[in-house]
Amino acid sequence: MAAVVKITRDPLDDAAVRALVGEATHASDGGVVTFEGVVRDHARGKRIRYLEYDAYPEMAEERMAAIAAEVEQRWQTDHVAIVHRIGRLEIGECSVVVIVACPHRAEAFEACRYAIDTLKTTVPIWKKEVAEDGEEWVEG
Amino acid sequence: MQVRIRYFAGLREATKIEGETLDLPDGATAADVRALLGERYPALARLLPPCAVAVNRAYVAADAPMHADDELVFIPPVGGG
Repeated sequence: MAAVVKITRDPLDDAAVRALVGEATHASDGGVVTFEGVVRDHARGKRIRYLEYDAYPEMAEERMAAIAAEVEQRWQTDHVAIVHRIGRLEIGECSVVVIVACPHRAEAFEACRYAIDTLKTTVPIWKKEVAEDGEEWVEG
Repeated sequence: MQVRIRYFAGLREATKIEGETLDLPDGATAADVRALLGERYPALARLLPPCAVAVNRAYVAADAPMHADDELVFIPPVGGG
């Protein structure tokens, strides 16, 4: 299977995440790790009303595909899904999903951790925190 | 030569446009464009210094010469996840 990588405006609700897990998981896999990033109600002492994500979509998808290719090489699995949502997201909504399925759990945990950490530092996606007292594009 | 520039996130809010086509001397670099845009859009001047540079969707050095029809994007510090 080729990795699933996508920037989307659609909600990453339970049904969408479940569908991605199904797509990523194959008969050879014994461990499937799913990371979901979720919008929380506070940041740096501020109460957050909602977040707004933007991306350079073509480049973001290319960088996400490069992360998936690295995972494939280092952990010997191409059962990877990386999907990031953009647009306005409310508290509690899922902004990003990273799924890695492997024969054993140790590689799946490691590879999933690597993929989300690398996404956060290299993929051209931006987050604006809209708080009760103002708004700001923030790093990390 | 003409180079296409696209704006995202805070840069789009500061310019109020999605992108534009720039007429540049041959061999111009992203650093040259950064200086030009800082004058054209005062609101950009403080946003551009921390930006990385992408040409044709790949990170490059700000002093690399660009070519006709390249797509240039200044990448503010990223915040995905």
